[in-house]
Amino acid sequence: MSVLIFIDHSEGQIKKASLEALSYGAAVAAQLGTTAEGIILGTVNTDLATLGKYGIKKIHQAADKALDALDAQVYAKLIADTATQSGATVLVFSNNFNGKAVAPRVAVRLKAGLVTGAVALPDTSNGFVVKKNVFSGKAFGHIGLTSPVKVISLNPNSYAIKEGEGAAEIVTLSVTPPAAKVKVTAATQATGEVPLTEAELVVSGGRGLKGPENWGMIEELAKVLGAATACSRPVADAHWRPHHEHVGQTGIAIAPNLYIAIGISGAIQHLAGVNRSKVIVVINKDPEAPFFKAADYGIVGDAFEVVPKMIEAVKKLKGIA
Amino acid sequence: MKILVCISKTPDTTAKIAFTQNNTKFASDGVQWIINPYDEWYALVRAIELKEKDPSTAVHLITVGGADMEPIIRKALAIGGDEAIRVNAESHDPFYIASQIAAIARQGTYDLIFTGKETIDYNGSAIGGMVAELLDLPYISLATKFDLNGTTATVIRETEGGEETDEASLPLVVSCQKGVAEQRIPNMKGIMGARTKPLKVVEPAAAETLTSIVSFELPPAKAGVQLVAADNPAELIRLLHEEARVF
Repeated sequence: MSVLIFIDHSEGQIKKASLEALSYGAAVAAQLGTTAEGIILGTVNTDLATLGKYGIKKIHQAADKALDALDAQVYAKLIADTATQSGATVLVFSNNFNGKAVAPRVAVRLKAGLVTGAVALPDTSNGFVVKKNVFSGKAFGHIGLTSPVKVISLNPNSYAIKEGEGAAEIVTLSVTPPAAKVKVTAATQATGEVPLTEAELVVSGGRGLKGPENWGMIEELAKVLGAATACSRPVADAHWRPHHEHVGQTGIAIAPNLYIAIGISGAIQHLAGVNRSKVIVVINKDPEAPFFKAADYGIVGDAFEVVPKMIEAVKKLKGIA
Repeated sequence: MKILVCISKTPDTTAKIAFTQNNTKFASDGVQWIINPYDEWYALVRAIELKEKDPSTAVHLITVGGADMEPIIRKALAIGGDEAIRVNAESHDPFYIASQIAAIARQGTYDLIFTGKETIDYNGSAIGGMVAELLDLPYISLATKFDLNGTTATVIRETEGGEETDEASLPLVVSCQKGVAEQRIPNMKGIMGARTKPLKVVEPAAAETLTSIVSFELPPAKAGVQLVAADNPAELIRLLHEEARVF
């Protein structure tokens, strides 16, 4: 019996969401009185032994460059086989893009119950019950898993990374990956930016900003805060901002510590993508904007006057000239 | 070519979310049900577009649900598709649902299976991957663009802060999201035609249920917004730093 955590990476770096998954998996292992192990497919620039500090005893690695690109079918086979060989009874994924591709396949291979979008440690007081987001962040469901093997896919920014001491033992996977049927022919990454799903702070703009030429202050506020930028659906639809910045029901759902919405009215479909944010700040000149009902802090005012003053205040606070 | 499109129903995006029976059931009284938007706007419409390009294409819809699914599946047929199959079973377990879809897919030898990115009620994002694994097919998730050249699909899928272009041969399972197609409103001809399109009801295949919903919970209500004067944004920054401690 052990807990096996899938370690996702991109461009040689382990994703922050996977550090959360490692911390979560280690806590699940402690709860079950067993050990936590990781599995990584492909190559990274990190010394994997250092992942021991997240409470991981052993890391299974297939250091094959061909595995740097995801093929869900290949990944699922390697992960499921490793789980079976190592006797894992709980598998943990991050519910990020790659996790969504792989976890359901692994669950089928292992005939394991699957919970995607978990937000808390399992309740093992009576069975095995995992809390997850449902209704696009408007409620939680408590899902009971009855199968001997269980797969949990953890929502990003739902579980704090916990660092301690320790080094993990690295074990080379003794399996030959099957040939990939999906060929990755191109990949683009917005470099130097914090990926939106991993960002702790997010500054987001809406139609109230009137046009793409006014995004300078949004980007500057994000920069001084160390935040990622996002936008509402009409903004992405009008191509003022790239599609991958669109948060909401039809865009991506995020759960940062701070979400600052500027010039966004807060339609229910937008809220569905951001309502898991820990603190919501709304800047809008319309006091009737529905977003204020979902906000923790707000300013009723003109963004073009308020935002530059916010930038000045952050600079002063952080001692940036 | 044959395409299978997976259709589910969800409460309308503006529906009030509440629970009954000691928080174990969704309070569906007075709730308007719609086709899950990802299934309708992207998966279904892209399949119809492929049929429009190649009229020999057959588009079949599949749903797993009770008789109350019928108006929803008829609405989907009004947008497009040649026929529909309803597996007469109700379940919230993704493995059970995927097993039903896979059982139908095995009989139909489909070249392409489309699902939506996720349903907007249970947010599982699991059916596509599970069906692909059950059928031992490749799976491309969260597609924002789907093109077909003969039997080779070129798919763009979203990644953290970027995108990736994938190529794969049919048969293939793809989960679709925004970008793959544009929403279509059914016209009168479509609505009339949908009434006579075949809708086959089949009994479920034997499959295990591996999860169950124990209960639901609503998030605690927000304390209410704390407003800061428009001429004093510095105070907002101070509150975020000292009170909320978010940076």
